[in-house]
Amino acid sequence: MTGGITSPDAGWRQADRGPSTQHSTKKRRKRGGGRGRGEVAMVDDVEFTSYYGRQIVKTPVWKSPDVPLYLFLGGAAGSSSILAAIADLTDRPKLTRVGRYTAGVGSMLSVVALVHDLGRPERFLHMLRVFKLTSPLSVGTYILSPFSAAAGATAAVELLGWFPRLKRFGGVVSAIFGGPLATYTGVLLANTAVPSWHAAYKQLPYVFGGSAMAAGGGISMIFVPVDEAGPARKMAVAGAAIELAVVHKVEHDHGILSEPFHEGRPGKLMQAAKTATAAGAGLTVLAGRTRIGAIASGTLLAAGSLLTRFGVFEAGIASTKDPKYVVVPQRERLEAGTNEHASTVTR
Amino acid sequence: MTSVSSASPGLRGLRDVKNRLFGPLPDVAQEAGYEPDHPKRVGFFTDTSVCIGCKACEVACKEWNTLPMDDSHGQRDALGLSGMSYDNTGQLGANSWRHVAFIEQSRAVDLPMPTFGRPGDDRHDHGPSPANAGDPISLANAQQSVLNAEALSEFDPQTGQTGADKQIRWLMSSDVCKHCTHAGCLDVCPTGALFRSEFGTVVVQGDICNGCGYCVAACPYGVIDQRKDDGRVFKCTMCYDRLTDGLQPACATACPTTSIQFGDLDELQARADARLATLKAQGVETARLYGRDENDGVGGDGAFFLLLDEPEVYGLPPDPIVTTRDLPAMWKAAGKAAVMMIGVAATAVLGSRRR
Repeated sequence: MTGGITSPDAGWRQADRGPSTQHSTKKRRKRGGGRGRGEVAMVDDVEFTSYYGRQIVKTPVWKSPDVPLYLFLGGAAGSSSILAAIADLTDRPKLTRVGRYTAGVGSMLSVVALVHDLGRPERFLHMLRVFKLTSPLSVGTYILSPFSAAAGATAAVELLGWFPRLKRFGGVVSAIFGGPLATYTGVLLANTAVPSWHAAYKQLPYVFGGSAMAAGGGISMIFVPVDEAGPARKMAVAGAAIELAVVHKVEHDHGILSEPFHEGRPGKLMQAAKTATAAGAGLTVLAGRTRIGAIASGTLLAAGSLLTRFGVFEAGIASTKDPKYVVVPQRERLEAGTNEHASTVTR
Repeated sequence: MTSVSSASPGLRGLRDVKNRLFGPLPDVAQEAGYEPDHPKRVGFFTDTSVCIGCKACEVACKEWNTLPMDDSHGQRDALGLSGMSYDNTGQLGANSWRHVAFIEQSRAVDLPMPTFGRPGDDRHDHGPSPANAGDPISLANAQQSVLNAEALSEFDPQTGQTGADKQIRWLMSSDVCKHCTHAGCLDVCPTGALFRSEFGTVVVQGDICNGCGYCVAACPYGVIDQRKDDGRVFKCTMCYDRLTDGLQPACATACPTTSIQFGDLDELQARADARLATLKAQGVETARLYGRDENDGVGGDGAFFLLLDEPEVYGLPPDPIVTTRDLPAMWKAAGKAAVMMIGVAATAVLGSRRR
């Protein structure tokens, strides 16, 4: 037998790195969420190889704050439109009006954020050339377009006081698209090769749906007189609870891919989001029936939702920048043999 | 097997084709809606065991496609050295559609010195003849005479001895867009700017792309990228313009060692299988094909590789999966979450006393 490349993986290491040349993830403790009740998840020492430590998948070119802001605005607008439509049908005029304004303004701003994020904003209408179920952005365009048309028109006639029946119809149309608008953004992020987003694909729609209800309910609590804001309080607290529960799963269920949600700037954002959301929900229950309490808790809930969007967005961005988040999980699933498909390597 | 349908070809295709999101597809172009008389699917077979790292492919690509200059981090019009190897291209991106990776590896020698025989003594015993591949005679001759085990293990400049206890080898590999059977970029493009050509390749239409950037995030290989000052995305077209005129892609034309081979995909696959068998029979145990298997996570690559080490050594993902495999489950979750929102809102309103 000869040497050289004729022996399988015969001890070759990248030359300029000395005898132990492969990167390894350091053993680290991940702090559990909440009040330091030591849930400790360990990430084992993993050796992995990379090409000079360079990232494998590209970092999304989506801009911050455009996209996280779009996620937040779309969510708040969507949940507000649902709340407004049901409030309208049960004759709660003040709650209805605030919900419609929130939905209208939110939808308009989210269109602006989405268009501004494009590399060629003047070509926004190219989105409407085709309809593709395989592209969440295409589906989202066909959710956002009717939603913003209906919600914007409803808010406008609400302001002007015209066409009461048309107003109710517009409100119902926007409510139909409101839920999908808030939750499809979870699919938008998850349907990518970004490791930490894709791993959480079953949870992100619920995170964003819950977060949307916390934000929409919170905003309504700020502007609606407390005696009519009962539904907003209930929706906000339920949304916050769902958001916190599902975020906990995102942060702990995905092994090494949960790591970016704990570390660095995204980790701080997620921590701040959880704190704000939990405080907002708690304050709503305790003091939501007072004007000041409603304003404070509503603001906290909306801020928590906004921070969640930024945290999730930036955690995904961080997961693209280190090759370990691509190599290690893929190696693990290859070794576990849990794939339903063949290895891409033919030996 | 022929099911008669009165529906349009497109609809018939929709009904008949399996594995629309995941798994092997026998005919990608037909699945994309082309008539059955479309050209055969073409591809690249990049045999890195004969790559000499000359970067002729990079230059030819830049010249033919008039790609702008950038540094190893994709910064436009910047001249910079990566400082890590001869590789100053660094990555595939909007301005680099071929990228030659350089990996310098060393290892301690704990094996006995190679035994020498006359080169070519055992030439006739090796491997199945790749004669069934296209252009059989010249190709088989080339593989059997020059690229045999001796060349690779003893006289190959890629493996040299430095000092008594250390060996050095250089791996070089020309990376390119994989033109996947299930291309994530193509699936998620919301404008239809990315399309499947009649040759089975994946191409961006520059006059349609609005720079949404979804494809950049969706590519499991990190190939496609946005040109910042332009706003649109760019990637390898497999020289679509040349293909329509019956020419080979610029990189394959320029490659001096036939490391980059262009041709009909099925023919290239047969050629690659034969090459792998040849190398294995000659004792090159580290040889492996990457992206050849049509049952892998992307349904097989239109541009696949013969590698001499693990994929991640070259900066390739070891188990890429097209993200849209999981899309049905994602839509289901989003639908349920939307229903949940309506349920929560309705409960909140109906559970509150009026005024």
